Amino acid sequence: MENIIICRCSDLSLKDIRDLIEDGYTTVEEIKRISRAGMGSCQGRTCSQLIMREIAKITGKNISEQKDSVTRPPTIGIKLKTIADGSEDND
Amino acid sequence: MKHVDIAVIGGGPAGLCAAISGASSGAKVLLMDRSEKLGGQLIKQTHMFFGSEKQYASVRGFDIADILLDKLNEYKDNIEIMNNTNVLGLYEDGVITIERNEKYEKIKPKSIVVATGASEKVLAFPNNDLPGIYGAGAVQTLMNVYGVKPGKRVLMVGAGNIGLIVSYQLMQAGVEIAAIIDASPTIGGYLVHASKIRRMGVPILTSHTVKEAIGRDCLESAVIWKLDENWNPIDGTEQEIETDVMCISVGLSPLSELLQQAECKMKYIPELGGQTVLRNENYETSVEGIYVAGDVSGVEEASSAMVEGYLAGLCAAQKIGFKHKNYNELKEDYIKQLESLRSGPIGHHIRSGIEKVMGV
Repeated sequence: MENIIICRCSDLSLKDIRDLIEDGYTTVEEIKRISRAGMGSCQGRTCSQLIMREIAKITGKNISEQKDSVTRPPTIGIKLKTIADGSEDND
Repeated sequence: MKHVDIAVIGGGPAGLCAAISGASSGAKVLLMDRSEKLGGQLIKQTHMFFGSEKQYASVRGFDIADILLDKLNEYKDNIEIMNNTNVLGLYEDGVITIERNEKYEKIKPKSIVVATGASEKVLAFPNNDLPGIYGAGAVQTLMNVYGVKPGKRVLMVGAGNIGLIVSYQLMQAGVEIAAIIDASPTIGGYLVHASKIRRMGVPILTSHTVKEAIGRDCLESAVIWKLDENWNPIDGTEQEIETDVMCISVGLSPLSELLQQAECKMKYIPELGGQTVLRNENYETSVEGIYVAGDVSGVEEASSAMVEGYLAGLCAAQKIGFKHKNYNELKEDYIKQLESLRSGPIGHHIRSGIEKVMGV
């Protein structure tokens, strides 16, 4: 289970995710906050569905009943300088 | 802040058609795409399309992209194209933020068509991070856009249309296909594609999945095993297959993060690929003025994505006072084309998925 990668961006294995679920982190949002899964460059596009499947397996809560994690801008990594420069023509 | 009538996010088949439709209605359209070249997935599709003449059946995907770009050019006075542009955010007040040439900009459109497409699903198995394990989209990009062979001997995981078509294209490029496997007991793609591949001697193993990938620095082989009727693996059915490329083609999910940011209502609809946005028959979401088209509104084919694009662009323009002179006829025609594309037994799961997204 340690060589099954669930979150490629933050290098989290299936074991890491299962341990978190067993510890009581049973939503994608909670797992994201405690482990950073879904906060890397893929922004959860790869890992969140795999995590939801594991939550379903362990807790019995179907994917359709689970809450997705919150998505916020920006969708990709961007330099702080770019945002700061963009504020010059703020209107 | 830049002001436009319609902002179209995504320049694939749906977005291109939405832009054409909006501009032909008389609206000023801003079309944004993250890539250098417009066309989305069409530019890597070397196969001929199905569907009917109106969706360019028998024309190759990359040629369809050129046809649509020519059409777009007819309305160039009404369309501004921003390529190499990443849309960063879509806010609840309808403001879009983008990054282009390392510059951060804001756009305030009167209506929006989100046509961001879909992302590939992945699988969890031991050593799934070994180099040599690709998504089908990456294999198509390497091979069909850049002319690079991904490897020598491919294990294709997924016997849907993408898995079958990419396998055939790999064979055309001189790459061996060790096998095509699929966890489902039946082949998901069109049997005409599957038969062609079977006749070339490639085994298609249904009810099979990957047990593990093996390799030190990169993929060297893969172990597959058989699944029982409850989709549980059966001990003792393992086979090790020598392969340097595993191509994962197990479906797509709508790329709906911008819609979620704008707080459009969503629902989990497995038939359409996962979290899917709710919409009405005009392809307008629960947030007024935000429309969707193509795979982001439910994963289907490029043929329906184009028709959805035309329809969403037409409605997004009408909403803000640019009613096409043939609005009623066009709308009726697009709805009929979609019904026809989704008809028959193959369209059954799409139809049942769409029933669940309707109603905002």
